[in-house]
Amino acid sequence: MTGGRTRATAARVLLQLRHDPRTVALLIAVPAVLMGLLAWILHGRDHDFDTFGPQLLGIFPLIVMFLITSVATLRERASGTLERLLTMPMSKADFVLGYAIAFGLAAIVQALVVSGLCFGPYGMTVRGSAWLVVVVAVLDALLGTALGLSVSALATTEFQAVQFMPAFILPQLLLCGIIVPRAELPQVLHWVSYLLPMSYAVDATQQLSTYPSVTTQFLVDLAVVGGFLALALALGTLTLRRRTP
Amino acid sequence: MTDRASTPLPTAVQVDHLTVVRGETRAVDDVSFELHAGSLVGLLGPSGCGKTTLMRSLVGTQVLSAGSVTVLGQPAGSRSLRDQVGYVTQVPSVYGDLTVRENLSYFATVLGAPVEAVDRVLGDVDLGGQDRSIVARLSGGERARVSLATALLGSPRVLVLDEPTVGLDPLLRRSLWSLFNRLAQAGTTLLVSSHVMDEAERCERLLLMREGRLLADTTPSGLLSSTGEDDFESAFVALIEGRDPTGPDAPAGCQEGE
Repeated sequence: MTGGRTRATAARVLLQLRHDPRTVALLIAVPAVLMGLLAWILHGRDHDFDTFGPQLLGIFPLIVMFLITSVATLRERASGTLERLLTMPMSKADFVLGYAIAFGLAAIVQALVVSGLCFGPYGMTVRGSAWLVVVVAVLDALLGTALGLSVSALATTEFQAVQFMPAFILPQLLLCGIIVPRAELPQVLHWVSYLLPMSYAVDATQQLSTYPSVTTQFLVDLAVVGGFLALALALGTLTLRRRTP
Repeated sequence: MTDRASTPLPTAVQVDHLTVVRGETRAVDDVSFELHAGSLVGLLGPSGCGKTTLMRSLVGTQVLSAGSVTVLGQPAGSRSLRDQVGYVTQVPSVYGDLTVRENLSYFATVLGAPVEAVDRVLGDVDLGGQDRSIVARLSGGERARVSLATALLGSPRVLVLDEPTVGLDPLLRRSLWSLFNRLAQAGTTLLVSSHVMDEAERCERLLLMREGRLLADTTPSGLLSSTGEDDFESAFVALIEGRDPTGPDAPAGCQEGE
């Protein structure tokens, strides 16, 4: 792995985004509008937006980044550019980290704009630090990118790639505690929820909504999400193949 | 076609009893040959005869079933070969949403090639005027040339080109073949595949494939004389149909016939 090739790959992915302003606009507008819609739905229902807002602020970017990364990687496979890169002096980690850095930077912009709207005009408040909510949102977006990189190897067509979103993300959404608090889930599902990264992402924002200072639980949540992120990036590296049958 | 001194040249590529099984079919079936450094060799055969699988084996992206492929003294696909072997796939493998120059600059960084290489290869494939165009908006032939230019960036010692001239107009084809000749004269080893038999005359040596097997290892004039035909298409058809390919006039390099 060389810093130059990782950096060049990140710059190339960002350049591709720059040539596609509509995707960039959607990347920011979709979560912004969705959060606005949520604020409107919960308007007048005392503190509901303060409860659900921060949780979904972390989840929308995860879903968007998961989809975008799966499609981008599939495009690299289908166009032969991935195979070409892997015949060149490029390590698999250069490729995976290049994507993670580029989409991570996009996620920072996205998180800043959407949180700015939530904490500003949408009127969301948390007891903890608003900046830490932004940090969790960026980490969640990165997790979405890493999960997208690791599962995209399993998809051979666009139809399959798109269906990985409901397959890999929606079960986590059902079990992460937004619909039913995790402690109230049936026993087996409660255990399963411990294995899913989104449970910790959502719990981290709940900690920020509830407590004015940083809790140990919040730090544990953050560490677990970071661990899942590293694991998914490693898996994304392992699933790239230089030789194919 | 160039005829150069017959002094023995070092071997750049050695394929030894290579077999690749893909699913139920033997895509490459017990193929052996050598390529000398600085040679320009054509790989001809009908679509689906195993040309692409053979080429992928040379660049190290294909899982081999049996046999071996050695490139510049190393097993094909070795880490040390990754900036020595250039590969152009049949379908242009470049980023459609970037400009020509952005594509080339990125691949130059990956290859560790100097920045000046971008302008050199743009000139080589005659795309200097379109360097700021988005690749997806170019014609098919132009896209193919961007893909070819990418493989030329690092000045590779071995170039594996899968149908690089398909769909190009005759003028461009001529200019690309003279580029291939120049590269070979400078010492680059080129294996160029085509299913257009007319391109045979532009190579100094021909490998003819059918159904995964090497049908003949010959020269353009050898192919014509052994089959008694006047043009390459008829000669190839004659060879495929098994009309006397191993007769008394068969070239010495001819390995097998059916």
